[in-house]
Amino acid sequence: MKLKTLIFILLLTLPLFKAIAQVRPLTYTELKKRISNPDTLYIVNFWATWCSPCVKELPNFDQLQRTYKDRPLKVLLVSMDIQSKLKTAVVPFVKSHKILASVYIASRNNDQELIDEIDKNWSGALPATLVVNAKKGVHRLYEKDFTYTELNAIYQTNK
Amino acid sequence: MKKLLLLMLTAVAAFAFKIAGSGYKAGDIATDFKLKNVNGKIVSMADYTSAKGFIVIFTCNHCPVAQAYEKRIMALDAKYASKGYPVIAISPNDPVAEPVDSYANMQKRAAERNYTFPYLIDETQNITRVYGAQATPTVYLLQKTANGLVVQYTGAIDNDQPEANAARTRYVENAVNALLDNKKPEVTGSKAFGCRIVWKSS
Repeated sequence: MKLKTLIFILLLTLPLFKAIAQVRPLTYTELKKRISNPDTLYIVNFWATWCSPCVKELPNFDQLQRTYKDRPLKVLLVSMDIQSKLKTAVVPFVKSHKILASVYIASRNNDQELIDEIDKNWSGALPATLVVNAKKGVHRLYEKDFTYTELNAIYQTNK
Repeated sequence: MKKLLLLMLTAVAAFAFKIAGSGYKAGDIATDFKLKNVNGKIVSMADYTSAKGFIVIFTCNHCPVAQAYEKRIMALDAKYASKGYPVIAISPNDPVAEPVDSYANMQKRAAERNYTFPYLIDETQNITRVYGAQATPTVYLLQKTANGLVVQYTGAIDNDQPEANAARTRYVENAVNALLDNKKPEVTGSKAFGCRIVWKSS
């Protein structure tokens, strides 16, 4: 392999590695702002490294974002792990699972306050998924597992 | 195709609604149960003739949130059993799907940690369904009255899962203290953050 090609590939993949390693804290106020663009469909999945049904469905969310990466769809994965676990659990998990969608950790005073802010109907169990499309007035919380087909249906219906 | 998608979405929405709308809230009358304890005996609330009520907690072995609250659950029983509000713990999960929550593993954990309260298995998951617990740990604070077991509080133990804030709101303690004072709890519900109940595959 020519050196130039190698450098080119390295340069191309560099932002990718950076993106994978990044998990930023996100408050509810920041989240609300983050999902406010009226032309975008937001699918916000609340998960945790210790939640097995969450871990199982995460690849489907990631796949949806990959499939529609050039469309007005934004998949946000918000970890509900306790904030002190960011470096010891969440970042290593995101790295080892090679997640490409935007990953955050919920920055909160307490779980109860955030859960009520997200949606009054959320029981508090994980996983939970919030679908928001400001232009269409869509704001709906789902407490269920999603297959890729179901997520695709959510996208098609709410885009 | 559009019709199909709409149908799928409606089904999904109906499912979400069903979960959100079900279960006991403060003011409801709770049903008694007959569930197997880790010592092999069947436990029922009717057995506790001198109790004023019960701190019923759906909790389990496998869930890290339940584990984080384990000592606080034990402390609740230590503090309130003698005052007439004992803890009764119920493991709601399907042991086939979550082997860490098997009856044998429940027996092991209860023995290792010296639980001072019953740790019951809800084998049919019917009690969990009727009470409406969605996650572990979830508390139902019941008060014995002439009308039956009145639900006085449902939800989390406190609002500080990582135990990082000494000024945490101790929902359950506050509610039990109110009842012991012959008052109604000020806060009668909160969101129980935790691991979703592992239901049997139907």
